[in-house]
Amino acid sequence: MKFTVRLTLLAALALVSVPSGAESGDRGMELATTGAGTGIVPCVACHGADGLGNSAAAFPSLAGLDQDYITRQLRLIRDGGRAVPVMAPGLSSLTDGDAEALGRYYASLTPPPAADAALSDEEAATGEALARVGDWPGRELPACLQCHGPDGGGVGEAFPALAGQHASYLAAQLTAWKEGARGTDPNDLMGTIARKLTETEIQAVSKWLAATPRRSER
Amino acid sequence: MSCPSLSSSLVYVIPLVITLGACSATDSVPAPESAEVSAGPSGSEASSTERVDFQAELPPAPPSEVGTFVPPPRDSLPDGPFGEAVRRGEAIFTDTPAHAGSFLGNQLSCVNCHLDAGRRADSAPMWAAWVSYPAYRKKNDRVNSMEERIQGCFTYSMNAGASPTGDAPEAADPLITDLSAYFFWLASAAPTGVSLPGRGYPRLAPPPQGWDIERGAQVYADRCAICHGDDGVGQVDSAGAPAFPALWGPQSFNWGAGMHRVNTSAGFIFANMPLGQARTLSEQQAWDVAAYINSQPRPADPRQTGTVEEADERFHQHDCRYGDAGPERQLGERG
Repeated sequence: MKFTVRLTLLAALALVSVPSGAESGDRGMELATTGAGTGIVPCVACHGADGLGNSAAAFPSLAGLDQDYITRQLRLIRDGGRAVPVMAPGLSSLTDGDAEALGRYYASLTPPPAADAALSDEEAATGEALARVGDWPGRELPACLQCHGPDGGGVGEAFPALAGQHASYLAAQLTAWKEGARGTDPNDLMGTIARKLTETEIQAVSKWLAATPRRSER
Repeated sequence: MSCPSLSSSLVYVIPLVITLGACSATDSVPAPESAEVSAGPSGSEASSTERVDFQAELPPAPPSEVGTFVPPPRDSLPDGPFGEAVRRGEAIFTDTPAHAGSFLGNQLSCVNCHLDAGRRADSAPMWAAWVSYPAYRKKNDRVNSMEERIQGCFTYSMNAGASPTGDAPEAADPLITDLSAYFFWLASAAPTGVSLPGRGYPRLAPPPQGWDIERGAQVYADRCAICHGDDGVGQVDSAGAPAFPALWGPQSFNWGAGMHRVNTSAGFIFANMPLGQARTLSEQQAWDVAAYINSQPRPADPRQTGTVEEADERFHQHDCRYGDAGPERQLGERG
């Protein structure tokens, strides 16, 4: 993993092009692309120049996520509320203003297209049912899209976009909630759900969401 | 009114018709009782003092040994023209703004109050409603059809008066036919004319402490606002599509909708909210937050032709805040 990260970091630092969506001189873009001398590692090292993350490493796509959601997660990771050991040291000097600037910057980037996730017919059926319908009788499982938006594009600061997010990341987070490693969701809303999901269901619904495009605006 | 200490357990009771005074005029009341109308063949006779209430809820069914009815699985939908009608009906039901927007004065969907696409017991499931109509109602002294009941949902819950067409769909509108096909299919093999367990919303015992909107405001802030917003107006998704329904304000149900009654809301909330965490609020909390939500402004009662006081006297002889003092103006007053 470390080797992969370093390679990605080198590749990222070699980039000279600047993603669209932010003005030159933007603090968020500056932090994202070059980091800061206070120990802040450039975000692009892991999350890519376009903010689309890395599927193999389960680094999430940040592009087009809600601004306040990103800001809150950065603070939680910096302060230890959300345990992300690979990120926390590099965020120790991040100010709240920096977190807001990064939130603004990544929210302005173009969201990911649907991923080309390899789904079996069975996974597709299980994943779509959980995402669109849930599993109510006897299990009390709401559908993912009931809270994360009918197209999975996210709702407000508390319910991030899921459509097009890497399946590897989604599955890792559902597992983290299920096992109690992630617990910063309001009112344990995700924990309540994740603890009821089987491993098979986690894989299926994560792949289905990754492969689902966001609906066009209406 | 005395305030008996009652078990906090959920009770199902035979429908009773109780003569009540007009809506309470204070911010808290001792143990309110609900005034339900009879409906369906097993309902009791309504008393002559019953007031007109066009969107009365179905009383919950008594406990039963037969268990909860299970509607047919989603993947068993038939092919052909009937199956297509059922599919259209399900689509209208689950995303009403997209499929019936011309009859909506807000952005609510049927599924907002009838969870799991109208399948969920204790969330006014459509399989139980379907087998309860037509039903005689003494209040208008005639037999009411399912079509009229659906129109009532558009008029009150969807506030059709503020819609592009200005009214609910006609009874013969294909939308009503498609919704009826969906309900009929959900009720496949259900006994007709039987009050099925899980019908309507559960009736909660009157709260030992009465209800209190100050306590309700705290419950709302703690457990509801994350989805429905601090100001109760709900949330849209990143593409502008409705995600969480408005609980009050101009985009919510109006003062004629069944959900404006505190007892109705309390039963719904207790058995169904928060989503995925049903029955984690105490019954007392459900009563309190229901009272808080229904003490906020919302669109006028379409039946109001004169003053709020007159409409209060004629249409609101039940457990609600209509006509009481609100946060800004009298509740029920036209915006």
